[in-house]
Amino acid sequence: MGESKSQKSVEVNAENFSECCSCSCKNIKTILAKYGSDRVRLMDILIDIQTNVGCISKESVKEIAENLNISKVDVEQTLSFYHFFSEKPTGKYAIYLNDSAVANMMGRSDIAKALEEEVGCKFGSVTEDCQIGLFDTACIGMNDQEPSAIINQRVFTNLTKEKVKLIVNGIKNNFDVNDIQIEGYCQATHKLITSNVCSNIKKEGPILTKDMKVGDALKKVILMDPNDVIELVKQSNLRGRGGAGFPTGMKWQFCRAFKDEKHYIFCNADEGEPGTFKDRVILTERPELLFEGMAIAGYSIGSDEGILYLRYEYKYLQNYLEDVLSTLREQNLLGKDIGGKAGLNFDIRIQFGGGAYVCGEESALIESAEGKRGEPRDRPPFPVEKGYLQKPTVVNNVETLCAVTKIIHQGPKWYRSLGTLDSTGSKVMSISGDCDNPGIYEIEWGFTVNDILEMVGAKDVQAVQVGGPSGSCIASNEFKRKLAYEDLATGGSMIIIGKHRDLIKDIVMNFTDFFIEESCGSCVPCRAMTVQFKNKLEKIYRGNGVQEDIDQMLEWGKVMKMNRCGLGHTAANPILTTLKNFRELYTAKLQKTDYVSEFNLEEAVQESCAAAGRIPNLGGDHE
Amino acid sequence: MSKKIVATTSLAGCFGCHMSLLDIDERILDLIELVEFNKSPIDDIKTFTKQCDIGIIEGGCCNSENVHVLKDFRKNCKILISVGECAIMGGLPAMRNNNASITECLEEAYLNCVSVQANEEKIIPNDEELPMILDKVYPCHEIVKIDYFLPGCAPRADLIWNALVALVTGNEMDLPYEVIKFD
Ligand SMILES: Cc1cc2nc3c(=O)[nH]c(=O)nc-3n(C[C@H](O)[C@H](O)[C@H](O)COP(=O)(O)O)c2cc1C
Ligand code: SF4
Ligand code: SF4
Repeated sequence: MGESKSQKSVEVNAENFSECCSCSCKNIKTILAKYGSDRVRLMDILIDIQTNVGCISKESVKEIAENLNISKVDVEQTLSFYHFFSEKPTGKYAIYLNDSAVANMMGRSDIAKALEEEVGCKFGSVTEDCQIGLFDTACIGMNDQEPSAIINQRVFTNLTKEKVKLIVNGIKNNFDVNDIQIEGYCQATHKLITSNVCSNIKKEGPILTKDMKVGDALKKVILMDPNDVIELVKQSNLRGRGGAGFPTGMKWQFCRAFKDEKHYIFCNADEGEPGTFKDRVILTERPELLFEGMAIAGYSIGSDEGILYLRYEYKYLQNYLEDVLSTLREQNLLGKDIGGKAGLNFDIRIQFGGGAYVCGEESALIESAEGKRGEPRDRPPFPVEKGYLQKPTVVNNVETLCAVTKIIHQGPKWYRSLGTLDSTGSKVMSISGDCDNPGIYEIEWGFTVNDILEMVGAKDVQAVQVGGPSGSCIASNEFKRKLAYEDLATGGSMIIIGKHRDLIKDIVMNFTDFFIEESCGSCVPCRAMTVQFKNKLEKIYRGNGVQEDIDQMLEWGKVMKMNRCGLGHTAANPILTTLKNFRELYTAKLQKTDYVSEFNLEEAVQESCAAAGRIPNLGGDHE
Repeated sequence: MSKKIVATTSLAGCFGCHMSLLDIDERILDLIELVEFNKSPIDDIKTFTKQCDIGIIEGGCCNSENVHVLKDFRKNCKILISVGECAIMGGLPAMRNNNASITECLEEAYLNCVSVQANEEKIIPNDEELPMILDKVYPCHEIVKIDYFLPGCAPRADLIWNALVALVTGNEMDLPYEVIKFD
């Protein structure tokens, strides 16, 4: 390994990058032509260039701007918004190692160290020969098989030091990442899926069980009046599975009521909430169910175009999903004259994101799909009135749309027989953290936290994070609560945190960093207070906190409601919910005085005195 | 009732907050009825001559002298108020905090800047008598306990006035929307 250690790394910055690595994209004209020089397709253009040469240079920006007839700043602001786009070279092999809380719980730091050693550069830089770059990234949706990394779109899961050696070795021998063989990985579900990601389905329910013929629900629907279809969905009491729980039938009805020449259906597969990976598994195992659901939604609201907004982290599913779409077209379930019904058209395209949690928020998702920064819009107007390209648009979660297909197929009455009165049907849960059997569990609504803990083999549980960082962190006194909209609502994830964990450091701080990183920056409290919260946490953690620090955090929590979107509304939840449920972890660290200063005069004057060549005078009267 | 004693100081500030205090116009006559000033640029008393009730701090801390004065205020005043953006958050001087190290700032100011003309020996001021510059500009509450904060740049005269009157009379503070609205 002596060789790789001596390999120097370069901190790439805007000044030196052009000499360091070539960033010029020779295919840029072809790429622009592929998307018809359409400004709306800027995301696709940037993704293609980034994938091609590992960065998007100033020259490329200029060429894109000229070609799309927009300003360079328009291109730059989209480019700079997304984690996976880079003006600086990211290396021929860009390694993105997941930095989620669970990844860290599962030994991420050892893997990071091994990578730095094997590769020969630090995180946040690329090797001098421009071959390999090392980067952190937020949760990549693999919490049940961490530590994991994405390298040139292929996901490597369950990393060990040995695997890191094999992988880096393959890279150094110039292998295509897809040709790197690793023993012991589970088989991919389909030959077009190039990553060996396990689906880890531990419990099947209505959505994950393969018990219906593809197209049966859609063929039923197209004989019905669209309003009657919406009525069926309403009767099922189906509520959105993306987190907010909005009644699906009502959303469709609103959207249908806005008359316009075009309507759109979006499927939200951004799945950015750390700890959530159920949409990844549904997309892998039941894509037909989803696409059928989109077509049913399209028929109901009068739309002929559906867009699957898929997070960049799941790009390894692209070829597979495209293949499923073509099969559906061949079967006449998508495309023109669907099911032989003249004039009934509906097709779906896949829109990739570029790595930004906030793009899961529906209006940010639409902005992003229009080729812009993923900044949430002011609402109203809501997407159902003015969405994609200002046309009425329905945005639904992957699981919601799958449930629709089943509801149509088996009827709303059947669906209502599952779950509770207010929360009908099933919920696909992503379970990870300290338990024997992490993975996917499709349960009926109404299960208690205790039921689930038992099911997944979790012992010595300190806390359960329900619904990801934006949800809440609960203690054992709440484990008897039911998962249901009327009790403990969840977008679909549970992270189990064992007694041996340092809850504040391992979880709360990681989540707070996540929100700091992912805030789009529009609202001051979301952008700035999150950092202040983090400073307070660190102060308390250093043992310099006082009661007032906690009081202030509680006060500030109220201010977060002033933010524009759900990200900002919930960004303090990791702190606020642990302050509520685990207060003693904080108070144990507090000093018993009413004020502590961390200011140190000697340290503070050191640098300036050195620069001026004087000896610090800290004599009596300065203290 | 004996008059409350007030001290004021301007640390790394621009004196704008003191100007705003003077903007209370003819109410300054009422103020003199209510309080007595001790150490303050207003009456030019340079050192504390007695224990004070209220200390008004303008500006954050950018050098050792500021720290010294601030700590002296904490010792000598029962209540400290951070007045204005600079005292509360560092304000304009704190712009140096994120963009460059103090070494870079000093080099730019004394060695490299286009307007530097007569510094052939390339000296960054180093006289023993000069206060030492801090690595960054600190808000006052990170150095001593501050009891109240009056926001604004500068806070409106009415805000300062209302706060002082409330403190001195022990009544609840009058806080109409206009005095804490900033645009
Ligand atoms: C910051 C943020 C992130 C979100 N991420 C997702 C996501 O990844 N997937 C999702 O379906 N909904 C997400 N949502 C919720 C969406 O805004 C929207 O409510 C949902 O997609 C609607 O679909 P549904 O009615 O089927 O739940 C997010 C919301 C916020 C505020
Ligand atoms: S709350 Fe945060 S993420 Fe949402 S719009 Fe405001 S700044 Fe952006
Ligand atoms: S807050 Fe404004 S007015 Fe007051 S000292 Fe600072 S810059 Fe001057």
